[in-house]
Amino acid sequence: MEIKVVHQIMEWNEDCSDKIKKDLREKKVCLVNVMGSPGAGKTSVITSIIERLSDRFKIGVIEGDIAGKIDAEKIQSLGIPVVQLNTDGACHIEAMAIDNMLPDFDLDALDVIFVENIGNLVCPAEFNIGEDFRVALLSVPEGDDKAAKYPLMFSTTDALVINKYDMVDYFDFDTDRVVKDATDRNPSVKIFKVSNKTGDGLDEFLDWLGKRIEDKISA
Amino acid sequence: MHELSVTQSILNIALESAEKAGAEKINKITIAAGEMTGYVPKYVQEYFNIVSRGTIAEGAELEFKKIPASALCRSCGKETPLTDYRFICARCGGSDLKLTHGREFLVDSIDVD
Repeated sequence: MEIKVVHQIMEWNEDCSDKIKKDLREKKVCLVNVMGSPGAGKTSVITSIIERLSDRFKIGVIEGDIAGKIDAEKIQSLGIPVVQLNTDGACHIEAMAIDNMLPDFDLDALDVIFVENIGNLVCPAEFNIGEDFRVALLSVPEGDDKAAKYPLMFSTTDALVINKYDMVDYFDFDTDRVVKDATDRNPSVKIFKVSNKTGDGLDEFLDWLGKRIEDKISA
Repeated sequence: MHELSVTQSILNIALESAEKAGAEKINKITIAAGEMTGYVPKYVQEYFNIVSRGTIAEGAELEFKKIPASALCRSCGKETPLTDYRFICARCGGSDLKLTHGREFLVDSIDVD
C-alpha cells in the first residue's frame, strides 16, 4: 500500500533557521554566513572587516572549524566576542548549532555576527543557518573553474569576493570566466576583486557590506 | 559527509507516517529530489541501511525521483528549463528568473504493508 507523505527532509534545519532569523530580528542583529574553501582567506577577511567596521558596528564572530580554536584565538585577540564551534568532523554548520551558540553572546550589545563556516565549497551551501545574507570567497590560486564546478555555493551567495587578487598575474586565472560562470548562475550576485593583503578592492566590498548590515539593523 | 543527518530525517519522517497509518513494515520510500540538491543516492541508501536497523523500515529500498530544474522567466512570462544551474531563459535569453523547481528534497511517499 502506498501512502502519500510529501514532507520536507530538511525541515528540521529550515525550522531552526527561521527561528534564528526571528530571534535576531527582535534583537536587531544581522547574521552573515561567510563561506569558502580552506585557505581562501575567510579569517583574514573577517579580521579586516573587524578592523575597518568596528567603529560603525558592534561585531561578534562564530568560528566554525572541524577542530581546534586557532581562528577563534586570532579573532579574540582583536577584542571581539567570539565563540568557537567545533563540528568534530562534520563538513558544514547546521542551524541548530548556531541556535545553541547564540546564548553565549550578549545580543543586546551586538549589531552583527559573522559566521565563518567550515572551509568547503560543497555542503555549507545546502544549509541555511538563519543568515540574512551570504558572502562566498574564492581566492585566485584556487582556480577560475570553481564557480562552474561548485554551482550551488555560487548560485546561493549574495556576494562573491575574489580574494588574493594581487596574485592574478601569477596564476592562469581568467576573471571574466569566473564573473560569467557566477552571474549566469546568480544574476544578482555582487562581485568584488579584493586583495586582503594589500587592501586593494576592500573599500568597495566593505561599502556594500556596511550598507547591507545597516539596512538590516535599521529595518 | 552530511548524508547521515539527512538520512536520519528520512527515516524519522517515514516511521512517523507509517505509524500513523498503522503499518507493520516499510518496503519502499520514494524521495523527490530536485536536480539542484547535492545528495548521493547510493550513500543515502547505505547510511539508511545502517540507521534503519531494528526498525520497521529495515531493508526498505529508497527510490529517488529526480525533479528537473526549471524557472519562471519574468521577461517572457514563460516557464523555462535550467541547465547546469545557469539562470538563463532558454526561450528569450532573459536572466530575471524565479526558480520554481530543482531545490525540492522531500519524502514523497512510502510503500508499506
